[in-house]
Amino acid sequence: MAWRGAIVAEPLLILDGLRKHYGGLAVTDGVSLDLRMGEIHAIIGPNGAGKTTLIHQVSGTVAPDAGRVIFGGRDITRLSFPARVRAGLARSFQITSILSGFSALENAALAAQRRHGSSFRFFRAAARDATLNTAGMAALEAVGLAERATMQAGALSHGEKRQLELALALATEPRALLLDEPLAGAGQEETARLIAILRALRDRYAILLVEHDMDAVFALADRVTVLEQGRVLATGTPAAIRADAAVRAAYLGEEEIPC
Amino acid sequence: MMRWSPALLLALLAAAPWLGFSGSYEFTLMARAMVLALAALSLGFLVGGAGLVSLGHAAMLGVGGYAVAILDAHGVTEALLVLPAAVAAAALFALLTGAIAIRTSGVHFIMITLAFGQMAFFTASSLAAYGGDDGYTLYARTEIAGHRLLENRLAFHYLCLALLAGAWLLLRAILASRFGRVLRATRENAQRAEAMGFAPYAYRLAAYAIAGAVAGLAGFLMANATEFVAPSAIAWQRSGELLFMVILGGVGSLPGAILGAAAFVVAEEQLATLTEHWRLIFGPLLILAVIFLPHGLAGRHRG
Ligand SMILES: Nc1ncnc2c1ncn2[C@@H]1O[C@H](COP(=O)(O)OP(=O)(O)OP(=O)(O)O)[C@@H](O)[C@H]1O
Ligand SMILES: [Mg+2]
Repeated sequence: MAWRGAIVAEPLLILDGLRKHYGGLAVTDGVSLDLRMGEIHAIIGPNGAGKTTLIHQVSGTVAPDAGRVIFGGRDITRLSFPARVRAGLARSFQITSILSGFSALENAALAAQRRHGSSFRFFRAAARDATLNTAGMAALEAVGLAERATMQAGALSHGEKRQLELALALATEPRALLLDEPLAGAGQEETARLIAILRALRDRYAILLVEHDMDAVFALADRVTVLEQGRVLATGTPAAIRADAAVRAAYLGEEEIPC
Repeated sequence: MMRWSPALLLALLAAAPWLGFSGSYEFTLMARAMVLALAALSLGFLVGGAGLVSLGHAAMLGVGGYAVAILDAHGVTEALLVLPAAVAAAALFALLTGAIAIRTSGVHFIMITLAFGQMAFFTASSLAAYGGDDGYTLYARTEIAGHRLLENRLAFHYLCLALLAGAWLLLRAILASRFGRVLRATRENAQRAEAMGFAPYAYRLAAYAIAGAVAGLAGFLMANATEFVAPSAIAWQRSGELLFMVILGGVGSLPGAILGAAAFVVAEEQLATLTEHWRLIFGPLLILAVIFLPHGLAGRHRG
Protein backbone atom coordinates (compact mmCIF):
# COMPACT_ATOMS: atom_id res chain seq x y z
CA MET A 1 0.00 0.00 0.00
CA ALA A 2 1.87 3.00 -1.31
CA TRP A 3 -0.05 5.69 0.60
CA ARG A 4 0.77 4.12 3.96
CA GLY A 5 4.42 3.86 3.06
CA ALA A 6 4.47 7.54 2.24
CA ILE A 7 3.19 8.47 5.68
CA VAL A 8 5.66 6.24 7.47
CA ALA A 9 8.51 7.63 5.38
CA GLU A 10 7.70 11.25 6.34
CA PRO A 11 10.91 12.39 8.10
CA LEU A 12 10.65 13.17 11.81
CA LEU A 13 13.62 15.52 11.69
CA ILE A 14 14.72 17.69 8.78
CA LEU A 15 17.86 19.83 8.65
CA ASP A 16 17.41 22.36 5.91
CA GLY A 17 20.43 24.30 4.63
CA LEU A 18 22.18 24.77 8.00
CA ARG A 19 25.14 27.12 8.01
CA LYS A 20 27.55 28.09 10.75
CA HIS A 21 30.71 30.16 10.48
CA TYR A 22 33.36 30.67 13.14
CA GLY A 23 35.30 33.67 11.98
CA GLY A 24 36.23 32.90 8.39
CA LEU A 25 35.79 29.17 8.87
CA ALA A 26 32.62 27.58 7.49
CA VAL A 27 32.12 24.80 10.02
CA THR A 28 28.65 23.93 8.72
CA ASP A 29 28.29 24.79 5.08
CA GLY A 30 24.74 24.25 3.89
CA VAL A 31 23.93 20.91 5.46
CA SER A 32 20.57 19.33 4.61
CA LEU A 33 19.55 15.88 5.70
CA ASP A 34 16.64 14.08 7.30
CA LEU A 35 15.93 11.40 9.85
CA ARG A 36 13.00 8.99 9.92
CA MET A 37 11.35 7.13 12.74
CA GLY A 38 12.88 3.69 13.32
CA GLU A 39 16.05 4.67 11.51
CA ILE A 40 19.67 5.02 12.50
CA HIS A 41 21.24 7.71 10.38
CA ALA A 42 24.99 7.85 10.93
CA ILE A 43 27.12 10.92 10.35
CA ILE A 44 30.77 10.22 9.73
CA GLY A 45 33.68 12.40 8.74
CA PRO A 46 37.25 13.20 9.70
CA ASN A 47 38.16 15.13 12.86
CA GLY A 48 37.04 18.73 12.59
CA ALA A 49 34.53 17.97 9.82
CA GLY A 50 31.85 19.76 11.85
CA LYS A 51 29.87 16.79 13.17
CA THR A 52 29.60 18.01 16.76
CA THR A 53 28.82 21.55 15.65
CA LEU A 54 26.02 20.15 13.52
CA ILE A 55 24.59 18.21 16.49
CA HIS A 56 24.84 21.42 18.55
CA GLN A 57 22.67 23.24 16.02
CA VAL A 58 20.09 20.49 15.90
CA SER A 59 19.89 20.24 19.69
CA GLY A 60 19.82 24.00 20.18
CA THR A 61 23.11 24.54 22.01
CA VAL A 62 24.48 26.55 19.08
CA ALA A 63 22.37 28.84 16.89
CA PRO A 64 22.92 28.42 13.12
CA ASP A 65 23.70 31.47 10.98
CA ALA A 66 21.17 30.26 8.41
CA GLY A 67 18.91 27.31 7.72
CA ARG A 68 16.12 25.58 9.57
CA VAL A 69 15.53 22.60 11.83
CA ILE A 70 12.12 20.98 11.42
CA PHE A 71 11.03 18.46 14.03
CA GLY A 72 7.71 16.63 13.83
CA GLY A 73 6.53 19.09 11.17
CA ARG A 74 7.33 22.11 13.35
CA ASP A 75 10.07 24.68 12.84
CA ILE A 76 12.11 24.52 16.04
CA THR A 77 15.09 26.61 14.87
CA ARG A 78 14.43 29.27 17.50
CA LEU A 79 13.60 26.91 20.36
CA SER A 80 16.05 26.70 23.28
CA PHE A 81 17.97 23.52 24.05
CA PRO A 82 15.80 22.48 27.05
CA ALA A 83 12.62 23.31 25.12
CA ARG A 84 13.72 20.99 22.32
CA VAL A 85 14.37 18.25 24.86
CA ARG A 86 10.83 18.70 26.14
CA ALA A 87 9.59 18.50 22.54
CA GLY A 88 11.20 15.05 22.30
CA LEU A 89 14.68 15.73 20.92
CA ALA A 90 17.26 14.29 23.35
CA ARG A 91 21.02 14.29 22.95
CA SER A 92 24.21 12.88 24.38
CA PHE A 93 27.59 14.56 24.46
CA GLN A 94 30.92 13.61 22.93
CA ILE A 95 32.55 14.34 26.28
CA THR A 96 30.59 12.50 28.97
CA SER A 97 28.19 14.85 30.75
CA ILE A 98 26.51 13.37 33.80
CA LEU A 99 25.82 14.43 37.39
CA SER A 100 28.84 12.84 39.05
CA GLY A 101 27.70 13.63 42.57
CA PHE A 102 24.31 11.94 42.08
CA SER A 103 23.74 8.19 42.08
CA ALA A 104 23.00 6.53 38.75
CA LEU A 105 19.34 6.21 39.74
CA GLU A 106 19.12 9.84 40.89
CA ASN A 107 20.54 10.88 37.52
CA ALA A 108 17.96 8.85 35.61
CA ALA A 109 15.06 9.78 37.91
CA LEU A 110 15.84 13.46 37.44
CA ALA A 111 15.99 13.02 33.67
CA ALA A 112 12.51 11.45 33.87
CA GLN A 113 11.18 14.17 36.18
CA ARG A 114 10.19 16.58 33.41
CA ARG A 115 7.75 13.97 32.09
CA HIS A 116 6.25 13.05 35.46
CA GLY A 117 4.59 16.01 37.10
CA SER A 118 5.79 19.42 38.23
CA SER A 119 9.35 20.12 39.29
CA PHE A 120 8.17 23.00 41.48
CA ARG A 121 7.44 20.68 44.38
CA PHE A 122 9.39 21.76 47.40
CA PHE A 123 8.77 19.49 50.34
CA ARG A 124 8.44 15.79 49.57
CA ALA A 125 11.76 13.97 49.24
CA ALA A 126 12.39 13.14 45.58
CA ALA A 127 14.31 10.02 46.62
CA ARG A 128 11.06 8.52 47.93
CA ASP A 129 9.06 9.42 44.84
CA ALA A 130 8.02 6.02 43.47
CA THR A 131 6.96 7.41 40.09
CA LEU A 132 10.39 8.93 39.48
CA ASN A 133 12.28 5.90 40.76
CA THR A 134 10.26 3.55 38.55
CA ALA A 135 10.86 5.67 35.47
CA GLY A 136 14.55 6.07 36.32
CA MET A 137 14.98 2.34 36.88
CA ALA A 138 13.31 1.57 33.54
CA ALA A 139 15.83 3.80 31.76
CA LEU A 140 18.74 2.16 33.57
CA GLU A 141 17.39 -1.27 32.69
CA ALA A 142 17.12 -0.30 29.02
CA VAL A 143 20.89 0.24 28.94
CA GLY A 144 21.76 -2.66 31.26
CA LEU A 145 22.79 -0.49 34.19
CA ALA A 146 20.14 -1.53 36.72
CA GLU A 147 22.58 -3.24 39.08
CA ARG A 148 24.59 -0.01 39.34
CA ALA A 149 21.56 2.07 40.38
CA THR A 150 22.81 3.08 43.83
CA MET A 151 26.38 3.73 42.75
CA GLN A 152 27.61 7.29 42.54
CA ALA A 153 27.73 8.21 38.85
CA GLY A 154 31.24 9.62 39.13
CA ALA A 155 32.48 6.24 40.36
CA LEU A 156 31.16 4.25 37.38
CA SER A 157 33.58 2.89 34.78
CA HIS A 158 34.02 4.86 31.58
CA GLY A 159 31.84 2.49 29.58
CA GLU A 160 29.15 2.56 32.26
CA LYS A 161 29.16 6.35 32.17
CA ARG A 162 28.52 6.17 28.41
CA GLN A 163 25.63 3.77 29.15
CA LEU A 164 24.28 6.14 31.79
CA GLU A 165 24.45 9.05 29.37
CA LEU A 166 22.31 7.00 27.00
CA ALA A 167 19.88 6.17 29.82
CA LEU A 168 19.54 9.89 30.63
CA ALA A 169 18.56 10.62 27.04
CA LEU A 170 16.03 7.76 27.09
CA ALA A 171 14.54 8.85 30.42
CA THR A 172 13.41 12.14 28.87
CA GLU A 173 11.06 10.00 26.72
CA PRO A 174 12.28 11.38 23.41
CA ARG A 175 11.21 10.59 19.88
CA ALA A 176 14.61 11.32 18.39
CA LEU A 177 18.10 10.78 19.81
CA LEU A 178 21.14 12.80 18.80
CA LEU A 179 24.15 10.76 19.86
CA ASP A 180 27.60 12.31 19.58
CA GLU A 181 30.13 9.48 19.58
CA PRO A 182 28.43 7.30 22.19
CA LEU A 183 31.25 4.74 21.84
CA ALA A 184 34.09 7.25 22.32
CA GLY A 185 36.70 5.83 24.67
CA ALA A 186 34.80 2.61 25.39
CA GLY A 187 36.76 -0.66 25.49
CA GLN A 188 36.12 -3.61 23.19
CA GLU A 189 33.66 -5.36 25.46
CA GLU A 190 31.85 -2.12 26.35
CA THR A 191 31.62 -1.21 22.67
CA ALA A 192 29.97 -4.53 21.86
CA ARG A 193 27.47 -3.99 24.67
CA LEU A 194 26.69 -0.43 23.55
CA ILE A 195 26.19 -1.56 19.95
CA ALA A 196 23.70 -4.19 21.12
CA ILE A 197 21.87 -1.55 23.17
CA LEU A 198 21.67 0.87 20.24
CA ARG A 199 20.42 -1.87 17.96
CA ALA A 200 17.66 -2.67 20.42
CA LEU A 201 16.65 1.01 20.52
CA ARG A 202 16.39 1.48 16.77
CA ASP A 203 12.76 0.46 16.29
CA ARG A 204 11.33 2.86 18.85
CA TYR A 205 13.35 5.99 18.08
CA ALA A 206 14.85 8.01 15.29
CA ILE A 207 18.60 8.07 15.93
CA LEU A 208 21.14 10.49 14.50
CA LEU A 209 24.46 8.85 15.28
CA VAL A 210 27.83 10.59 15.05
CA GLU A 211 30.49 7.92 15.32
CA HIS A 212 34.15 7.34 14.47
CA ASP A 213 34.00 3.58 14.97
CA MET A 214 33.37 2.42 11.39
CA ASP A 215 32.62 -1.17 12.41
CA ALA A 216 29.84 0.15 14.60
CA VAL A 217 28.57 2.53 11.92
CA PHE A 218 28.33 -0.14 9.28
CA ALA A 219 26.80 -2.61 11.71
CA LEU A 220 24.10 -0.19 12.87
CA ALA A 221 23.29 2.45 10.28
CA ASP A 222 20.42 2.35 7.83
CA ARG A 223 21.83 5.41 6.11
CA VAL A 224 25.17 7.16 6.31
CA THR A 225 25.99 10.79 5.64
CA VAL A 226 29.62 11.72 5.11
CA LEU A 227 30.59 15.19 6.25
CA GLU A 228 33.78 16.91 5.17
CA GLN A 229 34.75 20.49 5.98
CA GLY A 230 31.17 21.26 6.89
CA ARG A 231 29.70 19.90 3.67
CA VAL A 232 27.74 16.78 2.88
CA LEU A 233 30.02 14.70 0.70
CA ALA A 234 27.54 11.85 0.23
CA THR A 235 24.41 10.32 1.74
CA GLY A 236 23.29 6.76 1.14
CA THR A 237 23.03 3.21 2.35
CA PRO A 238 26.13 1.78 4.02
CA ALA A 239 26.79 -0.29 0.89
CA ALA A 240 26.59 2.74 -1.39
CA ILE A 241 28.83 4.80 0.89
CA ARG A 242 31.41 2.03 0.98
CA ALA A 243 31.48 1.98 -2.79
CA ASP A 244 31.59 5.78 -3.19
CA ALA A 245 34.83 6.89 -4.75
CA ALA A 246 34.75 10.41 -3.29
CA VAL A 247 34.28 9.02 0.21
CA ARG A 248 37.16 6.64 -0.22
CA ALA A 249 39.29 9.53 -1.38
CA ALA A 250 38.35 11.68 1.58
CA TYR A 251 39.19 8.88 3.99
CA LEU A 252 42.35 7.70 2.28
CA GLY A 253 45.15 7.54 4.84
CA GLU A 254 42.70 8.68 7.52
CA GLU A 255 40.79 5.53 8.30
CA GLU A 256 40.11 2.29 6.52
CA ILE A 257 36.47 1.74 5.58
CA PRO A 258 35.79 -1.95 6.15
CA CYS A 259 34.41 -3.74 3.14
CA MET B 1 35.90 12.04 60.50
CA MET B 2 32.73 11.90 62.54
CA ARG B 3 29.77 13.54 60.92
CA TRP B 4 29.05 16.75 62.69
CA SER B 5 25.46 17.10 63.73
CA PRO B 6 23.86 20.54 63.91
CA ALA B 7 21.37 19.04 66.35
CA LEU B 8 24.16 19.08 68.93
CA LEU B 9 24.76 22.80 68.58
CA LEU B 10 21.03 23.51 68.62
CA ALA B 11 20.64 21.36 71.74
CA LEU B 12 23.49 23.26 73.39
CA LEU B 13 21.78 26.55 72.59
CA ALA B 14 18.52 25.17 73.99
CA ALA B 15 20.22 24.13 77.22
CA ALA B 16 22.46 27.19 77.55
CA PRO B 17 20.09 29.35 79.63
CA TRP B 18 19.91 26.53 82.19
CA LEU B 19 23.67 26.03 82.27
CA GLY B 20 24.44 29.48 83.55
CA PHE B 21 24.48 31.31 80.24
CA SER B 22 21.62 33.49 81.29
CA GLY B 23 23.14 36.92 81.73
CA SER B 24 22.36 39.81 79.46
CA TYR B 25 25.78 39.47 77.81
CA GLU B 26 25.31 35.78 77.03
CA PHE B 27 21.80 36.25 75.67
CA THR B 28 22.97 39.07 73.42
CA LEU B 29 25.87 37.00 72.14
CA MET B 30 23.73 33.93 71.50
CA ALA B 31 21.05 36.00 69.74
CA ARG B 32 23.71 37.54 67.53
CA ALA B 33 25.08 34.08 66.70
CA MET B 34 21.63 32.70 65.90
CA VAL B 35 20.64 35.66 63.72
CA LEU B 36 23.88 35.45 61.77
CA ALA B 37 23.54 31.66 61.57
CA LEU B 38 20.08 32.07 60.04
CA ALA B 39 21.44 34.55 57.49
CA ALA B 40 24.47 32.35 56.75
CA LEU B 41 22.17 29.36 56.43
CA SER B 42 20.16 31.07 53.71
CA LEU B 43 23.35 32.09 51.92
CA GLY B 44 24.69 28.55 52.31
CA PHE B 45 21.54 27.30 50.61
CA LEU B 46 22.27 29.61 47.67
CA VAL B 47 25.98 28.85 47.41
CA GLY B 48 25.88 25.14 48.11
CA GLY B 49 22.50 24.34 46.63
CA ALA B 50 22.32 26.61 43.60
CA GLY B 51 25.97 27.57 43.10
CA LEU B 52 25.02 31.25 43.38
CA VAL B 53 27.83 33.05 45.20
CA SER B 54 26.25 36.32 46.28
CA LEU B 55 28.23 39.20 47.72
CA GLY B 56 25.13 41.20 48.50
CA HIS B 57 23.29 38.91 50.85
CA ALA B 58 23.33 41.34 53.78
CA ALA B 59 20.90 43.47 51.77
CA MET B 60 18.23 40.78 52.23
CA LEU B 61 18.87 40.90 55.95
CA GLY B 62 18.68 44.68 55.79
CA VAL B 63 15.39 44.73 53.92
CA GLY B 64 13.88 42.46 56.58
CA GLY B 65 15.28 44.69 59.33
CA TYR B 66 14.13 47.92 57.72
CA ALA B 67 10.66 46.48 57.19
CA VAL B 68 10.46 46.11 60.97
CA ALA B 69 11.80 49.65 61.48
CA ILE B 70 9.48 51.29 58.97
CA LEU B 71 6.41 49.52 60.34
CA ASP B 72 7.52 50.44 63.87
CA ALA B 73 7.77 54.09 62.88
CA HIS B 74 4.17 53.90 61.67
CA GLY B 75 3.01 52.21 64.85
CA VAL B 76 2.68 48.71 63.45
CA THR B 77 4.27 46.36 65.95
CA GLU B 78 2.12 43.25 65.70
CA ALA B 79 4.28 40.22 64.84
CA LEU B 80 1.49 38.61 62.84
CA LEU B 81 1.86 41.57 60.46
CA VAL B 82 5.48 42.56 60.91
CA LEU B 83 7.04 39.13 60.50
CA PRO B 84 5.30 38.22 57.22
CA ALA B 85 5.96 41.74 55.96
CA ALA B 86 9.70 41.47 56.70
CA VAL B 87 9.91 38.05 55.04
CA ALA B 88 7.84 39.10 52.02
CA ALA B 89 9.76 42.35 51.54
CA ALA B 90 13.09 40.52 51.50
CA ALA B 91 11.74 37.81 49.18
CA LEU B 92 10.38 40.46 46.82
CA PHE B 93 13.68 42.35 46.88
CA ALA B 94 15.44 39.07 46.06
CA LEU B 95 13.01 38.31 43.26
CA LEU B 96 13.43 41.72 41.63
CA THR B 97 17.21 41.95 41.92
CA GLY B 98 17.63 38.24 41.21
CA ALA B 99 15.63 38.51 37.99
CA ILE B 100 18.50 40.61 36.67
CA ALA B 101 21.47 39.16 38.58
CA ILE B 102 20.71 35.55 37.68
CA ARG B 103 21.03 36.33 33.98
CA THR B 104 24.74 36.63 34.69
CA SER B 105 27.12 34.09 36.16
CA GLY B 106 30.48 33.71 37.84
CA VAL B 107 32.34 36.93 38.62
CA HIS B 108 29.58 38.99 37.00
CA PHE B 109 27.02 37.56 39.37
CA ILE B 110 29.25 38.40 42.34
CA MET B 111 29.69 41.97 41.07
CA ILE B 112 26.02 42.57 40.33
CA THR B 113 24.87 41.26 43.72
CA LEU B 114 27.51 43.49 45.31
CA ALA B 115 26.12 46.42 43.33
CA PHE B 116 22.54 45.72 44.41
CA GLY B 117 23.74 45.40 48.00
CA GLN B 118 25.43 48.78 47.81
CA MET B 119 22.31 50.29 46.27
CA ALA B 120 20.34 49.01 49.25
CA PHE B 121 23.01 50.39 51.58
CA PHE B 122 22.86 53.90 50.09
CA THR B 123 19.08 53.81 49.98
CA ALA B 124 18.98 52.96 53.68
CA SER B 125 21.51 55.74 54.42
CA SER B 126 19.27 58.25 52.70
CA LEU B 127 16.09 57.24 54.55
CA ALA B 128 16.13 60.34 56.76
CA ALA B 129 12.72 59.50 58.22
CA TYR B 130 14.16 56.24 59.52
CA GLY B 131 17.43 57.48 60.93
CA GLY B 132 19.51 57.81 57.76
CA ASP B 133 23.18 57.07 58.41
CA ASP B 134 22.67 56.88 62.16
CA GLY B 135 20.12 54.09 61.99
CA TYR B 136 16.74 53.74 63.60
CA THR B 137 15.96 52.70 67.16
CA LEU B 138 12.71 50.76 67.59
CA TYR B 139 10.14 52.07 70.06
CA ALA B 140 9.75 48.53 71.31
CA ARG B 141 10.18 44.95 70.27
CA THR B 142 7.51 43.44 68.07
CA GLU B 143 4.43 42.23 69.97
CA ILE B 144 2.84 38.83 69.52
CA ALA B 145 -0.96 39.01 69.48
CA GLY B 146 -0.71 42.15 71.59
CA HIS B 147 1.63 40.61 74.19
CA ARG B 148 5.12 41.99 74.67
CA LEU B 149 6.46 38.44 74.76
CA LEU B 150 9.68 39.19 72.90
CA GLU B 151 10.75 41.55 75.70
CA ASN B 152 11.26 38.35 77.67
CA ARG B 153 14.85 37.32 77.00
CA LEU B 154 14.16 33.64 77.43
CA ALA B 155 11.18 33.74 75.06
CA PHE B 156 13.21 35.64 72.50
CA HIS B 157 16.07 33.16 72.84
CA TYR B 158 13.78 30.24 72.11
CA LEU B 159 12.05 32.05 69.26
CA CYS B 160 15.41 32.58 67.56
CA LEU B 161 16.34 28.96 68.17
CA ALA B 162 13.02 27.63 66.87
CA LEU B 163 13.22 29.74 63.72
CA LEU B 164 16.82 28.70 63.11
CA ALA B 165 16.02 25.01 63.55
CA GLY B 166 12.87 25.37 61.47
CA ALA B 167 14.70 27.14 58.65
CA TRP B 168 17.39 24.48 58.62
CA LEU B 169 14.83 21.67 58.37
CA LEU B 170 12.89 23.57 55.72
CA LEU B 171 15.89 24.30 53.50
CA ARG B 172 17.12 20.74 53.96
CA ALA B 173 13.75 19.40 52.81
CA ILE B 174 13.74 21.76 49.83
CA LEU B 175 17.19 20.56 48.72
CA ALA B 176 15.97 16.95 48.84
CA SER B 177 12.75 17.71 46.94
CA ARG B 178 12.08 17.55 43.21
CA PHE B 179 12.85 21.24 43.02
CA GLY B 180 16.04 20.81 45.04
CA ARG B 181 17.27 18.06 42.77
CA VAL B 182 16.90 20.27 39.72
CA LEU B 183 18.65 23.08 41.59
CA ARG B 184 21.59 20.88 42.60
CA ALA B 185 21.81 19.56 39.05
CA THR B 186 22.04 23.08 37.61
CA ARG B 187 24.84 23.78 40.09
CA GLU B 188 26.79 20.63 39.36
CA ASN B 189 26.38 20.55 35.57
CA ALA B 190 24.07 23.12 33.98
CA GLN B 191 24.54 21.58 30.53
CA ARG B 192 23.26 18.25 31.82
CA ALA B 193 20.29 19.89 33.54
CA GLU B 194 19.38 21.51 30.23
CA ALA B 195 19.78 18.19 28.44
CA MET B 196 17.18 16.86 30.88
CA GLY B 197 14.80 19.60 29.77
CA PHE B 198 15.31 22.05 32.64
CA ALA B 199 15.99 25.72 31.91
CA PRO B 200 18.03 26.72 35.01
CA TYR B 201 16.84 30.34 35.27
CA ALA B 202 13.45 29.76 36.91
CA TYR B 203 14.86 27.32 39.45
CA ARG B 204 17.74 29.61 40.37
CA LEU B 205 15.43 32.59 40.70
CA ALA B 206 13.06 30.65 42.96
CA ALA B 207 16.02 29.60 45.10
CA TYR B 208 17.18 33.21 45.27
CA ALA B 209 13.75 34.31 46.50
CA ILE B 210 13.63 31.51 49.08
CA ALA B 211 17.06 32.51 50.39
CA GLY B 212 15.89 36.12 50.47
CA ALA B 213 12.84 35.16 52.52
CA VAL B 214 14.93 33.31 55.11
CA ALA B 215 17.41 36.19 55.29
CA GLY B 216 14.43 38.53 55.76
CA LEU B 217 13.42 36.40 58.73
CA ALA B 218 16.94 36.85 60.09
CA GLY B 219 16.53 40.59 59.52
CA PHE B 220 13.32 40.56 61.56
CA LEU B 221 15.15 38.88 64.44
CA MET B 222 18.18 41.16 64.10
CA ALA B 223 16.02 44.26 64.39
CA ASN B 224 14.30 42.86 67.46
CA ALA B 225 17.49 41.54 69.07
CA THR B 226 19.20 44.92 68.99
CA GLU B 227 16.03 47.03 68.82
CA PHE B 228 18.00 48.94 66.24
CA VAL B 229 18.53 48.93 62.47
CA ALA B 230 21.33 50.74 60.67
CA PRO B 231 22.80 50.84 57.15
CA SER B 232 25.95 49.16 58.50
CA ALA B 233 23.95 45.93 58.73
CA ILE B 234 23.60 46.03 54.94
CA ALA B 235 27.15 47.04 54.08
CA TRP B 236 29.16 44.80 51.79
CA GLN B 237 31.51 43.96 54.66
CA ARG B 238 28.63 42.13 56.32
CA SER B 239 27.88 40.28 53.07
CA GLY B 240 31.54 39.28 52.97
CA GLU B 241 31.37 38.05 56.55
CA LEU B 242 28.31 35.95 55.76
CA LEU B 243 30.06 34.42 52.78
CA PHE B 244 33.03 33.74 54.98
CA MET B 245 30.86 31.95 57.56
CA VAL B 246 29.52 29.71 54.79
CA ILE B 247 33.00 28.87 53.52
CA LEU B 248 34.34 28.40 57.05
CA GLY B 249 31.53 25.96 57.81
CA GLY B 250 31.93 24.13 54.52
CA VAL B 251 30.25 24.93 51.20
CA GLY B 252 27.55 22.42 50.34
CA SER B 253 26.66 21.81 53.96
CA LEU B 254 23.69 23.61 55.49
CA PRO B 255 24.70 22.69 59.07
CA GLY B 256 28.17 23.94 58.16
CA ALA B 257 26.78 27.44 57.65
CA ILE B 258 25.30 27.37 61.18
CA LEU B 259 28.57 26.09 62.61
CA GLY B 260 30.55 28.63 60.61
CA ALA B 261 28.44 31.50 61.93
CA ALA B 262 28.72 30.27 65.53
CA ALA B 263 32.50 29.85 65.24
CA PHE B 264 32.80 33.27 63.65
CA VAL B 265 30.88 35.02 66.42
CA VAL B 266 32.73 33.19 69.19
CA ALA B 267 36.17 33.79 67.63
CA GLU B 268 35.41 37.46 67.08
CA GLU B 269 34.19 37.83 70.67
CA GLN B 270 37.13 35.97 72.22
CA LEU B 271 39.73 37.88 70.24
CA ALA B 272 38.10 41.20 71.08
CA THR B 273 38.60 40.48 74.80
CA LEU B 274 42.32 39.83 74.21
CA THR B 275 43.25 42.99 72.36
CA GLU B 276 41.68 45.96 70.69
CA HIS B 277 43.69 45.09 67.58
CA TRP B 278 41.83 41.79 67.29
CA ARG B 279 41.11 42.25 63.62
CA LEU B 280 44.84 41.89 62.95
CA ILE B 281 44.66 38.37 64.38
CA PHE B 282 41.21 37.55 63.04
CA GLY B 283 42.13 38.07 59.38
CA PRO B 284 45.11 35.68 59.28
CA LEU B 285 43.13 33.19 61.39
CA LEU B 286 40.40 33.12 58.75
CA ILE B 287 42.98 32.58 56.01
CA LEU B 288 44.53 29.69 57.94
CA ALA B 289 41.09 28.16 58.45
CA VAL B 290 40.42 28.21 54.72
CA ILE B 291 43.82 26.69 53.94
CA PHE B 292 43.73 23.94 56.53
CA LEU B 293 40.01 23.16 56.45
CA PRO B 294 39.26 22.94 52.73
CA HIS B 295 35.93 21.28 53.45
CA GLY B 296 35.12 23.61 56.31
CA LEU B 297 34.44 22.90 59.96
CA ALA B 298 31.63 20.51 59.06
CA GLY B 299 34.07 18.29 57.15
CA ARG B 300 33.41 16.38 53.99
CA HIS B 301 29.81 15.51 54.70
CA ARG B 302 27.27 17.31 52.54
CA GLY B 303 23.93 18.30 54.05
N1 LIG C 1 33.13 27.64 19.29
C1 LIG C 1 33.99 27.50 18.27
N2 LIG C 1 34.73 28.56 17.88
C2 LIG C 1 35.60 28.45 16.84
N3 LIG C 1 35.80 27.32 16.15
C3 LIG C 1 35.09 26.23 16.48
C4 LIG C 1 34.16 26.26 17.58
N4 LIG C 1 33.61 25.03 17.70
C5 LIG C 1 34.17 24.28 16.74
N5 LIG C 1 35.06 24.98 16.02
C6 LIG C 1 35.86 24.48 14.88
O1 LIG C 1 34.95 23.91 13.98
C7 LIG C 1 35.50 22.76 13.39
C8 LIG C 1 34.55 21.59 13.57
O2 LIG C 1 34.50 21.21 14.91
P1 LIG C 1 33.57 20.02 15.42
O3 LIG C 1 33.82 19.84 16.87
O4 LIG C 1 32.19 20.25 15.00
O5 LIG C 1 34.18 18.81 14.60
P2 LIG C 1 33.87 17.26 14.72
O6 LIG C 1 33.55 16.78 13.38
O7 LIG C 1 32.90 16.98 15.79
O8 LIG C 1 35.31 16.71 15.14
P3 LIG C 1 35.68 15.44 16.06
O9 LIG C 1 35.58 14.25 15.18
O10 LIG C 1 37.10 15.72 16.44
O11 LIG C 1 34.77 15.41 17.22
C9 LIG C 1 36.85 22.54 14.03
O12 LIG C 1 37.85 23.05 13.16
C10 LIG C 1 36.77 23.35 15.28
O13 LIG C 1 38.04 23.82 15.64
MG1 LIG D 1 32.90 15.98 17.57
